[in-house]
Formats: sequence, C-alpha cells, structure tokens
Amino acid sequence: MALEDICNFKDKPTHKTFPFYASEDTSVSVFTEAFNFKWRGEMTSKKASDVPLEFHVPSLFKRPSSRASHSVSVRRPFPLSHGTTTLGFIFQGGVIAAADTRASAGGLVACPAVHKITPIHSHLVVTSSGSGADCMLWERILTREIRLYQLRHKRRLSISGTAKLLSLMLHPFKGTDVCVALTLCGWDKLIYVCSDGARLQGDIFSVGSGSPYAYGVLDRSLSWSLNKEEAILLAREAVFRATHRDAYSGNNVDLFHVTAEGWRQRQREDLKEEYYRDMEKRGLLGFSNWFTHLFLEE
Amino acid sequence: LGLKMLSAQNFGESGKMKEYHYAGPTEHRFSPYAFNGGTVLAVAGEDFAIVASDTRLSEGYSIHSRDSPKCYKLTDTTVLGCSGFHGDCLTLTKIIDARLKMYKHSNNKTMTSGAIAAMLSTILYSRRFFPYYVYNIIGGLDEQGKGAVYSFDPVGSYQRDTYKAGGSASAMLQPLLDNQIGFKNMEGVEHVPLTKDKAVQLVKDVFVSAAERDVYTGDALRICIVTKEGIEEQNIPLRKD
Repeated sequence: MALEDICNFKDKPTHKTFPFYASEDTSVSVFTEAFNFKWRGEMTSKKASDVPLEFHVPSLFKRPSSRASHSVSVRRPFPLSHGTTTLGFIFQGGVIAAADTRASAGGLVACPAVHKITPIHSHLVVTSSGSGADCMLWERILTREIRLYQLRHKRRLSISGTAKLLSLMLHPFKGTDVCVALTLCGWDKLIYVCSDGARLQGDIFSVGSGSPYAYGVLDRSLSWSLNKEEAILLAREAVFRATHRDAYSGNNVDLFHVTAEGWRQRQREDLKEEYYRDMEKRGLLGFSNWFTHLFLEE
Repeated sequence: LGLKMLSAQNFGESGKMKEYHYAGPTEHRFSPYAFNGGTVLAVAGEDFAIVASDTRLSEGYSIHSRDSPKCYKLTDTTVLGCSGFHGDCLTLTKIIDARLKMYKHSNNKTMTSGAIAAMLSTILYSRRFFPYYVYNIIGGLDEQGKGAVYSFDPVGSYQRDTYKAGGSASAMLQPLLDNQIGFKNMEGVEHVPLTKDKAVQLVKDVFVSAAERDVYTGDALRICIVTKEGIEEQNIPLRKD
C-alpha cells in the first residue's frame, strides 16, 4: 500500500507466485527475472522500471532454442477486448481528448459503455487504446506512481516526466502481447506512449482502428485558432465519422477538455441520435420511403 | 484428456465447435485449458442484486455434473459468478477466499463489493501471460446499500454495470437484457425501475430461453438474491437435454 512504501515498511510477501525457476536452464532465469517484480519490501533499490505487480509466467512451453522467448506463451482460447477510436489535439483554448466507448472482443461487443478517457490528476487525462485490461491496469499503476512521486517529492511530476515514467515501466513487456497505446493529454502538451516503446510529443494524435477516419476529418478542419465550441464539435465529428466506418468503434462519444484550470468532462453522447440528425440534414433518409414516412410522422 | 478432437483447440470462442475438414497434418499440443460451459448472469436493482447461474458442468459432448452451480458466496453482501474453465474457477475462488480472510484479519472489516472487484482485477492481471480462463461477474451491495454488478474479462478489465451476462450463452442473453432492463432499441417505452420480483421472474425466463438454444446451459438454475437481509437462494429446474 502507498503508506507502507513511503515508510519503507518491510513486510514478508504473503503470497508469492510459485517459483518456476527450478531448472538450471539459463533462458528460464532470464525470462523469470524480467517478470519477477516483488510486491513490497524485498527490493531495496527503487528503480524507475520497478513494476509493483507480480506476474506468473508459464515455463511449460519453454523451448531452449528460442532466446528472447517473450512471445512464447500459452495459446489463449478467448479473444481480448481491442479496437477503438481515440483522439486528442491542442488548440488555443487548451487540449481536447475524445474517444468512442465500445470494447469489442473478437466479433462481440463486450461492453458498449467503457470509459476510455480517464483522469490521472486534475490536469492530466489519458486516453487509452489497445487491450482493455492492459490499459486499465497500467493506468492504475501510473496513477499510483504519480501519487507516490507527489507525496515523496512534494511536487507534481511534469507531463513529460509522467510519459517517460510510463514508457520505462512498459519497457520490460516489449515483445510480449501487452498492448497499450496511451495518449497523455496535459493542458499544454500531448504525448503518445505505446508498449512498443514509442514516446512522442505532438499537436494531434489519433489512435486505434478508427484513427485513419478520424485523422481525415481532423486534418481538414483543425487549426490553432478554433474556439472552444468549434473544437468540441470537430472532435465529436471526427469520432462520429470514425465510428460510422470502423466496425470496432461505436456507441457513444466521450469528450474531455483540459485547460490550465483543470479538466472538464462533457456529457456522454449517444451517436445514434447524431446519425439520424445527420442523415436527415443531408436528405439521405429518402432512400427508404416507408422509413422516412415513419420518421417524419413523429 | 485434451489431446484429440475434443480438445480446446477445436473450439473457437465460447466453446462452439469449429468446422471439421482435413487440412493436412496438424500438430496437437497439450492445452492446459478446457471449456466447461455454463452461463452466469447478474442484475443490480435499487436495493438488491441478483446473481444467477445454471448448474451444468460439461466438457465436449459429455456432461460431468448436473449440480455444479457457478455462484460462490464471498461475503454477506457479495456473490461471485464464474464460468469458463472449472479448474481455474475453483482455484480463483480459493485464492479470493484466502485474500478475503487476510483482509479481514489485517483490517478488522469485511471487504466491500467495490474493493473485491478491484482486488479480483489485480489477481486476474497477475496472470496476464497465462490467464485464468474464467468469465467473472460480481453481484452485491455497495457501501450505500445499492445493488452493484461488476463484470470482468479473463485478464482483469472490469467495470460496474447494471446487468451483465457471461459464459457460453452470454451473446444470446446480453441483447435480451439490453432490451428488457436497459430499454434499448425500443421507442416510446416508459422506463420503469426494476422491482425484485420482476427481476427474479425475468432472470428465470431468460435462462429458460438460454437452455433452449445453448447446449452448454441447462439442468437447473441457481439464483442468489442479495439484499440487506442476507443472501436468499432459489433452485429452479431447467431442461436436462
């Protein structure tokens, strides 16, 4: 727990993962060392790459020929949640972060109302894409580490520092199938961090399976001098068009606006209504006569 | 065991058999997973929560047991439903029970539903590279006494819902629940809040439908109703074929 860490309270780990490194095979020990991070107390040096989670690693499928055998893992009989559209951009009034809310697992919509944008602290919001469980856990770990930093050093870690910390924490899992692509949206900066090791600062980022469609809409209308309402409408439009064309994005759109005063969340909006409004505006409802008749009757 | 045609490799998602045709020599490896079927469902109301599961334990074409319920009582206010691979369900519930006891002894209070959900998420994620093949749903009362349902994926991603179905018939039940409890995809309907009796009746009807169409669901239905008075259990027979 956080208090224990600050007081350097050394406690015996009450639950250890079964020590699989019984054999003298060198590849096994390299493999388990990379993943065997202690939960509390034992490690005296607190490197930035320490991850406060113990991972159970299967050694059943060890092939001595394969060296960096991070990719050797048990074949999973189920799909994990993936697929999304998230975007963020900077303009004169701060930073806008927007995302859809669909979590798909294979062909099934696992959840139509996921929160893909999470606040880390009052001036930092992170949009997540990739595998749902990975993003959720790594955001929790990041929030924990940021809070610990703040308590230890009496100041908040900068956004660049946060991004670097996250990147270093994810580095041991490069090559495994941890799939995390987060965009850290501060009030004046946007940084994209990914589990492949990328850490990029930029003015506009869109991540996920629906990102090409979102980029198309954003590149057309984005400029520095947009006012707040225009920026919000633009972000909403980009997510809406992406959800329309991408099968793995959909349902609602979440929008956050981050300024020097902090973040503000806009009400979650169902895109179904937007779709019908848009079709009506463009006069495209007429392609199906009885449907138009029904709609106009209301 | 799991080596030939009835192995987990031949099952696509949620245990449906893949098409069988000769594709050349294939290598069969030992798979540590098996799919034991079963469906779990949880609904949260204003001051109650319902967790229901069928009681059939199957593997491939066989039924191991007709009386293997998938609801596990964790505390007086929380019930866990887990379906998927029965071996992992058993181990996971053992680990959760142990962690609950540890928490009780360290902190002198029982874990709340939200805390159990967060803990389960980290337990599942610690096995990110060799996951528990279990679909979990927690149903219970939160600190304010309102019903809470937390649904998980096998590696620990979770969120709080009003209703959720998991397991082999989940893809069939979830749209039905979306319509009846969430009033989705209907126009001009009054959103009546769900009463406990209506919810129990709905759960029974929904499982009867699932047993009709899903081969891995059937035999009997176990319903656990969590209220501030405690946990009430009901057993209803389902079709056994």
